[in-house]
Amino acid sequence: MTDLLPLRAPARADAALLPLLRRFEPAMLLWLALIALLLFLVVTPLFILVRQSFEAPEGAGYTLANYVTAFADRLHLRALGNSLLLGAGVALLAAIFAVPMAWAVARTDMPGKNLTRLLVLGAFVTPPYLGAIGWILLAGPNAGWLNKLWMAVTGAKAGIVNIFTFPGLILAIAAYSYPYIFVFTSAALELVSSEMEDAAHILGAGGWRTTLKVTLPLVWPAILGGLIITFLEAIALFGTPAIIGLPAHINVVTTQLWQFFEFPVQAEVAAAYAMPLLAVTALLFWVQRKSLGRKGYVSLTGKGGERRLIQLGAWRWALLGYTLIVGGISVLLPFAVLLQAAFSRAWGRGMSLANLTLRNFEYVLFVHNTAGQSIVHSFVYAAATASLAILLALAIAYIVSRRLVPMARALAFLCVAPFVIPGIVLAIGFYSAYAAPPVALYGTAALIILAFTTRFLPIAYTSCEAAMRSLNPEMEDAARIVGGGRFIALSRIVMPLLRKSIIAAWILVFIPATRELSAAIFLTAPNTQVMSVVLFDLSSEGNFEYLAALGGVLLVATVILVAVSFRLVGRDFMLRRS
Amino acid sequence: MAKLQLSGLGKRFGEVAAVSGVDLSLAAGEFVSLLGPSGCGKTTTLRMIAGFILPSEGSIAMDGAALSTAAGAVPPEKRRMSMIFQSYAIWPNMTVAENVAFGLKLRKLSRGEIAAKVERILGIVQLDRLKDRYPAELSGGQQQRVALARAMVIEPEVLLLDEPLSNLDANLREEMRFEIRRLHDAFRITTVYVTHDQAEAMVTSDRIVVMNQGRIEQVADPFALYNRPRTRFVAGFIGRTNFLEGTLAGGEIGFAGFALRADRFPEFAKLGRRVLFSVRPQSIGLRRALGNGGGWWVEGRVVKRAYLGEYWDYLVAPGAGGPPLRVAAPPGDIFEIEDKVWLEIDPQRVAHINEAS
Repeated sequence: MTDLLPLRAPARADAALLPLLRRFEPAMLLWLALIALLLFLVVTPLFILVRQSFEAPEGAGYTLANYVTAFADRLHLRALGNSLLLGAGVALLAAIFAVPMAWAVARTDMPGKNLTRLLVLGAFVTPPYLGAIGWILLAGPNAGWLNKLWMAVTGAKAGIVNIFTFPGLILAIAAYSYPYIFVFTSAALELVSSEMEDAAHILGAGGWRTTLKVTLPLVWPAILGGLIITFLEAIALFGTPAIIGLPAHINVVTTQLWQFFEFPVQAEVAAAYAMPLLAVTALLFWVQRKSLGRKGYVSLTGKGGERRLIQLGAWRWALLGYTLIVGGISVLLPFAVLLQAAFSRAWGRGMSLANLTLRNFEYVLFVHNTAGQSIVHSFVYAAATASLAILLALAIAYIVSRRLVPMARALAFLCVAPFVIPGIVLAIGFYSAYAAPPVALYGTAALIILAFTTRFLPIAYTSCEAAMRSLNPEMEDAARIVGGGRFIALSRIVMPLLRKSIIAAWILVFIPATRELSAAIFLTAPNTQVMSVVLFDLSSEGNFEYLAALGGVLLVATVILVAVSFRLVGRDFMLRRS
Repeated sequence: MAKLQLSGLGKRFGEVAAVSGVDLSLAAGEFVSLLGPSGCGKTTTLRMIAGFILPSEGSIAMDGAALSTAAGAVPPEKRRMSMIFQSYAIWPNMTVAENVAFGLKLRKLSRGEIAAKVERILGIVQLDRLKDRYPAELSGGQQQRVALARAMVIEPEVLLLDEPLSNLDANLREEMRFEIRRLHDAFRITTVYVTHDQAEAMVTSDRIVVMNQGRIEQVADPFALYNRPRTRFVAGFIGRTNFLEGTLAGGEIGFAGFALRADRFPEFAKLGRRVLFSVRPQSIGLRRALGNGGGWWVEGRVVKRAYLGEYWDYLVAPGAGGPPLRVAAPPGDIFEIEDKVWLEIDPQRVAHINEAS
């Protein structure tokens, strides 16, 4: 067998050569490179942010003055209180939206389940600030469609709903964050065996009683997890509070942080002011981890017992009605009015042929000085972000799962750590660390791509880690033992087998990256504008028609992408709990 | 020179010694099983041979050249070995033929040569008609054959099998045991086979290595292992047995409830004061009356019985009390509970276990 000769030489290697062979495991070099990259992406911006919060403005030593400035002001404290109140309100309303829908889809014979899932998916992929604009068109005082309808029907002189209020703000945010609770809850409900409910029935409990006393408590940890995520999303959100809250004189932490960067810029105070947000987020994530880890009583073993659907009778139509109302609030109504605005000369003039135009699209695509370019930027940056994040996440997930280096867990921790950094805080950290010399990335695409990569690294990592875990290591071992090196095993076996998961993870990063606003608002320069920031600027100028047209472009592109990815990797990957 | 030589091989995971002090030498063309309960270190040993795990101590050498030491190891892909995994690890993104051809392509064989080799091996494992199927379209047994073909087509110096039959149903498992042995007889590839199933090891192997808690208990061919177990663990792990613990005094060995004349035991001279015998249930005869054979006779009483079709399983309490002995009797030997019986024990078929070793 002459063909085996090339393999023969190393096998005859002298024992003295063996340590060399071991030292040349390339994983070690890769590990060092990854550590360096993660330090750059995750640790440094955060470290600079914390350091800056103690720095005197002129760079003269350290001080607590920033904290005094940040928290001595009553208005600043009220913004902090508003954020907490907003988070709680949003979490509560989102649960009211999501839990009945999740139960209906997972456990009952309610009709229109696919439609329900589609509506939830629609709410999930809609950028919250676009939904907020939709709600301004619907429920702006007097001019909003709902108010005009009310006045037309009742003859009243004034409208009845006003989105520029605290409850309005809660609604506009909850309408786009309830999918988290839906996904968590329905996934958990699908794992509860009907036998659990049968056991309650046989002891004499009725249908509703069983659902309330047995089923829902069983999935309580999942609901709690969803509540926490929704709360954190709401307090970290920048777009909707800026669009709806500021005109209503409702200030929250994120909008206050933004104001610190108006002239005169108080970056150090902003850094200090960001700390509670960071602390609350980290704390709640820790609480969620703990509470999920402890719930041993949850019967979510994933096996044992069939699951039967509960026959609702006439109630199923009531439940469907509820689902449609939620879907209408979050998707159907806002989309309808945005669509109308996008094709109107003036949205308030209503539906008429004379009002119909394509001018808005022409304007945002070709005339507006940054909008057209921002579309290209958004998609290019998002693609670069997704690719970089997935590459990084895959490499680390591989190293961690194969235990190639000592302390691999530390890498994994750094990858998911950005979960607890609200986008706007991350952006401030990146701005402070890398915008100015010596790194001097301000005005470059790299700054935005790197910040986005950090922001979405947790999504990328959890997806890639799950994918890696689903792959039996023996698949790879089998390639190596028949003569393939680690590189061949990776390129010929591991990558092809993970192809679908990798595409899915890429899209899961790409979609939020196309609409990311809170991290972008501090980091974009005039020559690196992205759609989200342009949309935000258009909204503050009140150009809702242009805005709707540009938003439409973003949504159509998203929908096409989601549809294509469903084709490629199957449905469900977006609404999967991970 | 030994084909494969493990010397003082050990592996620690943190504080736990998964494998320690394993010395083993395989002749070329030999089929050796590593047999033991889960967690005994057999798979760790196999993965060290394959090069997936670096030993903490000791070494592995093939044809006299070092493959693994604590300081470093030749990577798996350069060991000219081949392995069959518990999960089969058939690549689902490749057809049967592509799976089998993978290793050959890495060796840069010509297209025609690869096709010929793949064709031949698939014929041998009776998969020639399924070569364009994807693994998902195959049954468990067929996947197993693909794994065998893929491992053997590269003509490895050493073939490693890690519990390859544990995922098959009972009938198929029995069939595949003989299949593996048939392929070994055809190719004479030096083979290390890991299993926890003693029947599998006994059907396939030239020699069996019984492992327990990371150490080798005994290395022997199937016949010697069953009939001459050297440790209490081996006697208990391989087949069923009766342990008789007694004390040698005044020419008699006293057990619980009965005593035996020591001079009838062939290795009488080797007996110490404390004696541990292992007697297989089939090595005990069940008689209605005392006979005049030259063995040992013990009076007893049937306390329990079960009919298993191929034989009777009796529990017989020795005359003066003491723990009952298990006796396997032919289906025709019918005794009732409480029947008085005589146990006939052939000293030649009693294994003396030296607990000090």
